[in-house]
Amino acid sequence: MAIVVKRPKLSIFEKMYLPAIGKGLLITLSHAIKILRGKKKVTMQYPEEKWDANMPEHYRGAPALVKDEQGRERCVSCQLCEFICPPRAIKIVPGEIPSDDPWAKVEKRPKEFDIDMIRCIYCGMCEEVCPEQAIYLRKDYAITGLSREEMVHDKERLYEIGGVREGLVNKWNELK
Amino acid sequence: MELLFYLFSAVMILFGLGVVVSRNPVTSALCLVMSFVGLACLFIQLDAFFIGIIQILVYAGAVMVLFLFIIMLLDLKAEEGRQINYLALAGGLILCLVFVVQLGSVLTSFEAGDVGKTPQQPEMTTDKNPEGLSELAMERMAEKKLPDVHLVGWTLFTKYNFPLQVVAVLLLVSTIGVVLLSKRKLT
Amino acid sequence: MLEFFSQLTGLIEPTIKIVGLVFLVILPMVAYSVYAERRFSAILQDRVGPNRVGIPFTKVSLAGLGQPMADGLKFILKEDFTPDHVRKVYYWLAPALTMVPALLTCAVLPFGGYLKLPFVDDPFKLVIADLDVGILFVFAIASLGVYGIVLAGWASNSKYPFLGGVRSSSQMISYEISLGLSVIPILMIYGDLNLSNIVQQQHEQGWALLPITLDGFKPVVSMRDLLLLIPLFISFIIFVTSLFAETNRLPFDLPECETELVAGYHTEYSSMKFALFFLGEYAAMIIGSGFAVTLFLGGWSLPFGWGTNGEDSLFWGLVNVGTFFTKVIAFILFFIWVRWSIPRFRYDQLMRLGWVFFFEIALVNILLTAAILMLFRQG
Repeated sequence: MAIVVKRPKLSIFEKMYLPAIGKGLLITLSHAIKILRGKKKVTMQYPEEKWDANMPEHYRGAPALVKDEQGRERCVSCQLCEFICPPRAIKIVPGEIPSDDPWAKVEKRPKEFDIDMIRCIYCGMCEEVCPEQAIYLRKDYAITGLSREEMVHDKERLYEIGGVREGLVNKWNELK
Repeated sequence: MELLFYLFSAVMILFGLGVVVSRNPVTSALCLVMSFVGLACLFIQLDAFFIGIIQILVYAGAVMVLFLFIIMLLDLKAEEGRQINYLALAGGLILCLVFVVQLGSVLTSFEAGDVGKTPQQPEMTTDKNPEGLSELAMERMAEKKLPDVHLVGWTLFTKYNFPLQVVAVLLLVSTIGVVLLSKRKLT
Repeated sequence: MLEFFSQLTGLIEPTIKIVGLVFLVILPMVAYSVYAERRFSAILQDRVGPNRVGIPFTKVSLAGLGQPMADGLKFILKEDFTPDHVRKVYYWLAPALTMVPALLTCAVLPFGGYLKLPFVDDPFKLVIADLDVGILFVFAIASLGVYGIVLAGWASNSKYPFLGGVRSSSQMISYEISLGLSVIPILMIYGDLNLSNIVQQQHEQGWALLPITLDGFKPVVSMRDLLLLIPLFISFIIFVTSLFAETNRLPFDLPECETELVAGYHTEYSSMKFALFFLGEYAAMIIGSGFAVTLFLGGWSLPFGWGTNGEDSLFWGLVNVGTFFTKVIAFILFFIWVRWSIPRFRYDQLMRLGWVFFFEIALVNILLTAAILMLFRQG
């Protein structure tokens, strides 16, 4: 059984259609006047004006590696992020820390750490899974490049974006 | 100017031939339109602007668009593949021949065929106002221009007023008839 | 031979007018009306619109005034693709057939009164062809514009263009009638078909829709003109609405409505052939606004009978040309404003509006005009 929708009964004024057109025209005109007088601003002129200041705390931008307050690479190349990464954007080559290094007790650090930014989907799983809090999603969103190679962030670039982050992981520090 | 006459005549005749010869109905229709345009140009060359423009407006702009509209809905493949009906072709040719002979006989007995190169100014009565013709038309005639729209209207509504009204009623009746026929419910 | 040369020199003046008006004014206006459409629609909808393209290889953006050039270049450089299933001759003919009638009609458009150049005795009449049947010429040529769209729809040989072509032809035939009938009151009042004379009369007696002249500072209005305003206003509304339908603009852009027909009759077209359809539509819009201005809003004349027709002074001649194009541009902006405010009609509503309302109202309107003219007839 189909539902019969009753057509609304229109008054003669409404049936004439012209007043409604006039009303519609006035609405658009009022918007135009507001814009022309600069009372209303909706669009941002992107490359000149940026939204960065209004970025929310939880914004998920480009992933990056961080060092701790003593300049140690936090990553211990456990490769959990490599396994969890849904688009398989992360590639890690683990390396041993030589015994004469002050941080020899950490034992491992990445020899190579590449994130393919063409593949990355900014899901934040790597950040979530990292036991060392070594990988973080930053607020960088304009990741551009002219070639595929350029879009692969290597270890150096990742530390450059990431910088230093003071954090909760204290297990490698000297006991006080 | 003579050159233009021959040009437009050639356009008319060539596209007229195209109407008959081409197998594709759309091509035929468009050739007819071009032939109408050529005819309109000839009218305009004779200073009959009104008739020329109306030729384009009514025939090329309205009637032929409706024709084209109908033709577009036809199955063109069937039309193009149709066999030539030789009997109809022969009949048409004979009819053309008869018409050409008649035209020739009329033209040879008609002296206005050689009026000379410069078209004569039509005889205009500037001294006395023909009843009801507007002042504007009189001004134009004084300027040796042909106010053909005014003259056509004036002639239609004074000399031939009754036939005009009859034709108008006839058209109205046919319009109402069409509406009635198309609105009739299928029982 | 001498006669031939004298005929050739007679061609110089029209040639200058044609080149000046069509190539230096109308065609750039077509390109820039696309830009105006994009910018103005953006303003109406709280957006910004194209404001970046300026002088190439510099940072100068000029509020995006380079956009039409860039668009034109893009159209030329795009691949001109002819699908395999089309009827080639008509497929190539159709874009030209939409552009040509649109530009042809501007031959009788009086874009100014006279221009009195220094060192030249006779003032130039600012109209390409001063035809005594001007309005009929416009309707005749404009009615040929249907062929382009119909042929495009048919020659494309696929279903959406075909439906667009069918819709367009029936729409244009229907609205030509109300367009023609709505102009008749004007012809009855001014008693002439020559557009220059109609404008000259409006210049002397006040515009058709503003029949006021100033005597010093005292407005002069006659009872006859005030009464005639009623049928003229009705005519104006019917004329403008039919103009929207004739130029296939929203709210009557059913031949190309995207939601139902992809792009209508030009679905199969690309590159410059598509651009010709696109620009033909805008050219028709500009020249349509030109005629609305000429017939109802006084053409090149200033309101209240100010100024002269430029027969004796260069200054007023130029002012008149400026007035005309200002009015046309204002009317184009109105076109754009309507397009971005009103939703599309349904097809049966469109046909109903044309045949059941406008046709009858226009007929009654002619009778009303005749009655008023009879009432005030002298002698």
